[in-house]
Amino acid sequence: GRMAAALLLLRLLLAAGPGPGRADAGRERRDALREELLLSPLPTGDVAATFQFRTRWDADLQRGAVSHYRLFPKALGRLVAALGVRELHLALTQGFWRTRYWGQPPLQAPAGAELWVWFQPTVTDVDKAWKELSNILSGIFCASLNFIDSTNTVIPTASFKPLGLANGTDHHLLRYAVLPREVVCTENLTPWKKLLPCGSKAGLAVLLKAERLFHSSYHSQAVHIRPICRDASCLAVSWELRQTLTVVFDFFSSGQGKKDWSLFKMFSRTLTDTCPLASQSKVYVDISPKNKEKELLEVSPPPTSVHEAVVQGDKKTYAVYDLLSPSLFNTSRSLNVQLKWKRPQDSSEMPIPTLHAQRYVGGYGLQTGQICTLIYNTHPYRAFPVILLETVPWYLRLYVHTLTIITKGKENKPSYIHYQPAQDRRRPHLLEMLIQLPANSVTKITIQFERALLKWTEYPPDPNHGFYVGSSVLSALVPSVTAMKDVDVEQSPLFTSLFPSSDGSSYFVRLYTEPLLVNLPTPDFSMPYNVICLTCTVVAVCYGSFYNLLTRTFHVEEPSRGGLAKRLANVIRKFRGVPPL
Amino acid sequence: QVQLVVPMTVVFGPGSVPGDLPKPLPFRDVQEMEISVNLRTSVKSRYEMRYRSTTGQEEAALAAATAREADAALHQLQDTTLGSLIMYVVPETSSLLPQGINVYVGKHRSALVRAGGSLAALQARLREVAQVMSFTASSIAAALSDRVPDGQLGPDARRNLKSSLGYEITFSLLNPDPKSHTVDWDIEGAVNRYVKPVLDKLSLVANFSVDSQILYYAVLGVTPRYDKESSSFLLSAHSLPHVINPVEARLGSSAASLYPVLNFLLYVPERSHSPLYIQDKDGAPVGTNAFHSPRWGGIMIYNVETPASPQASLPLHVDVDMPRVMEVFLAQLRLLFGLSREEVPPEFLLESPGNEGLADWELDHLLWAHTVENIATVSTTLTSLAQLLDKIGNIVIKDDVASEVYRAVASVQSAVTKLSLGHLHAAFQASKEAVTSSERAFFDPSLLHLLYFPDDQKFAIYIPLFLPMAVPILLSLAKIVRETRLRKKEPTKMD
Repeated sequence: GRMAAALLLLRLLLAAGPGPGRADAGRERRDALREELLLSPLPTGDVAATFQFRTRWDADLQRGAVSHYRLFPKALGRLVAALGVRELHLALTQGFWRTRYWGQPPLQAPAGAELWVWFQPTVTDVDKAWKELSNILSGIFCASLNFIDSTNTVIPTASFKPLGLANGTDHHLLRYAVLPREVVCTENLTPWKKLLPCGSKAGLAVLLKAERLFHSSYHSQAVHIRPICRDASCLAVSWELRQTLTVVFDFFSSGQGKKDWSLFKMFSRTLTDTCPLASQSKVYVDISPKNKEKELLEVSPPPTSVHEAVVQGDKKTYAVYDLLSPSLFNTSRSLNVQLKWKRPQDSSEMPIPTLHAQRYVGGYGLQTGQICTLIYNTHPYRAFPVILLETVPWYLRLYVHTLTIITKGKENKPSYIHYQPAQDRRRPHLLEMLIQLPANSVTKITIQFERALLKWTEYPPDPNHGFYVGSSVLSALVPSVTAMKDVDVEQSPLFTSLFPSSDGSSYFVRLYTEPLLVNLPTPDFSMPYNVICLTCTVVAVCYGSFYNLLTRTFHVEEPSRGGLAKRLANVIRKFRGVPPL
Repeated sequence: QVQLVVPMTVVFGPGSVPGDLPKPLPFRDVQEMEISVNLRTSVKSRYEMRYRSTTGQEEAALAAATAREADAALHQLQDTTLGSLIMYVVPETSSLLPQGINVYVGKHRSALVRAGGSLAALQARLREVAQVMSFTASSIAAALSDRVPDGQLGPDARRNLKSSLGYEITFSLLNPDPKSHTVDWDIEGAVNRYVKPVLDKLSLVANFSVDSQILYYAVLGVTPRYDKESSSFLLSAHSLPHVINPVEARLGSSAASLYPVLNFLLYVPERSHSPLYIQDKDGAPVGTNAFHSPRWGGIMIYNVETPASPQASLPLHVDVDMPRVMEVFLAQLRLLFGLSREEVPPEFLLESPGNEGLADWELDHLLWAHTVENIATVSTTLTSLAQLLDKIGNIVIKDDVASEVYRAVASVQSAVTKLSLGHLHAAFQASKEAVTSSERAFFDPSLLHLLYFPDDQKFAIYIPLFLPMAVPILLSLAKIVRETRLRKKEPTKMD
């Protein structure tokens, strides 16, 4: 049964394709922009705001020498065309999404920078294209993506499948890299905003004020480019660019301890007009009732409509504000969505997500250690498999024979293991496993490692801070508690269409664990200079005395007048009348 | 010293042979000219002229009714290579050339010249034609503008684009006010119709790639002045330099290639700022409503006609008149490549290049300038590389870098030889290879200056060793000096 489920998962991941595209209803334009904002209050009292700007272009980027861009940014279009990119996913994240407390996010990203790219089969030298691509992206987004090299690039075999249109999944065309140390800040946001057709001048992007966005507990911005079907018949390709931005505002620091939120409180701006280029511009507020109780949350002004959908196994109710509907801005000049709780929320009833994970470093001392990963399946009665991808830098030498997977006190044998050992200074460890998680269980995965000694030039600045190990990636088809309808993905809000929903009974989840911070034996970096100084001084002193000894001339000196004793003796001799000495 | 040799054929039509020919036709002659760039650099130009009389076919062609027809007919008979010129001398009374016009330059590499009495007068005229069709002192100086001392160059000399292996041309439509205007332009059609033929012709010179984009909410950095009289907005000439910078941030860099970018911007002013006109230095409105920025590109302001009824619903739909826009952009493109036709004497008539946008001799003009510039660039690059090696003695030169340097030197030498033989195309190709090789050698990551530890820092680290060691040595030296002085004194004491 486990094997069959594993195969099913693999096959589903392989078959991950996009939903049918929206047929262009006789419009002249070949490109369209849709913008969405989802406000979801989190169980802890924080609030998550997720922006999504979707640019769709009914043209084949890969063909044609002359390219003419309208809404699609030229910089990215050129890149896709020049380097033979089939799919590109870049995420820059500051902070860590706490799945256990915040629930499943609309889109996950690991802390730091994550880049994964599928190349076209026509690309002959994938490594060269990958290197070039990361350098160019580093220039476009002002991020240190140029530090992506063979020591942090891996080729996962099962975890990352094309999310767009693809006719082959030869994983040699895939490259994946994470830079957990990357710090995301304003300089990354500005170029990201510049890619939007309306910039930050109109529409939802007005809210993207760096000062507020980075005064938050989580900030993640991403760019996804993928080819999709132009229409239901899927005879032609369209290109889709999704720019997403997720930010979590802390209820203590941003909300002054109150759980009542408003657009102005979050962004210190309100919405005043729409982007004239957008064909859709909507604000969604998650007002799903919890625990069958009705209407905990009150939103004002009254929404244009209410939308119900099943997202990630949960029935969700959204209050929708359509910025393009003329009635919205008629009554007041600006839109400031406000969320009020009708009665205090009981925080003890926090729903626990079906799948969540935790990771930490164990062991003591500076020689060996242990990476422990805990994966929780809280589903009351269904087991499901999960693919775990672990990328560990070469300077932590993993011992695969120490790999243990224990569930409910028993050993759990993975049904698929792909392990690629590291090579010093060449490539990292890659460990991919397909593990079956029994219902209502905790699975503990441990593996021991030895810390390597680095050459003194290989240490980064501030080496005593520690070395980061990127998040491990969990991909799973999680069985849903509520049955899902086969909805029209293009019509449903936000992210349901980026990841494929396979059938009604389960949904796809990708989770990232915490990045790890590992201390390596670090030398005293001022030591070489101290040693030079000390040795030099010792050598100099020895040399000085030796030199003195060699060059000093000794000669006998006739005492001219003699000492005190002699003078005294002479005085006595004078008295005695004896000639002096 | 670089010598530019232009093979030239002078063909005398019937009745145009001057009386004072030194020798009977055909014969050869050479004219030399020295173009000095700065005190040390000068370029020698050499026109190798071959005089002959017309063949029967040429005679028939010259009997055409108009100069254009004659040029087209003569082109069939020519077998011209790049850089060579053919001049047909027609009698003084010929009706082929219009009144007051003495020289007609065709679409290809030939010209019709009216005979001017004596041979000396004719030769002066021929020299003028040859310079227009190949290179002038100023075009060579512009190509070598890095070496020309400041102040000696005209204001236009630094306008021309630097020679490069490729160029990227980007047309951008700036719509700062998408709420009021929805602007559509058929850029794809316009590029195919107007730009493609020119670039196909120029493909000999470099690789070109063309793309276009529409940028919304991109504003100029300058607030225009409102003029009550004309009820329009004005941008004065002195504020134009401030226009480009804020726009450039939105243009996006050409991340995918290293070639220089030529930007052509079409700006549709906001509704609250239209109509917008550019004023020249004297305050008169500029006819084309466009300006160019040297080595960068051009900007054209495209005013939207205000609708007759003020109640017209917004946004206003605008279809850009592409022929009008492309005319301006193509003129700017020619200008940026140094192909302006303004500096020609009034007695010259230049045939319009027609659909191709570029005459053959204009292509030669570009090739001459770029070849000279490439040779100069290579010599500068290799010189600075040599200077770097002189400065850092222990720098490591890898074999591939060395071979690139050797290749660059060999190519540049062959380019110079080819130039002095009059083989323009081969010389240009060799100079291009030389540039590629020399740049590759110069920008090799192993030659990074910072990779090498300067000697003074090494010395600083070893100061704790050198200083204490120096003390006894110096002391003993002082002692030796003292002792020798004493020893010298002693004999005098004995006396």
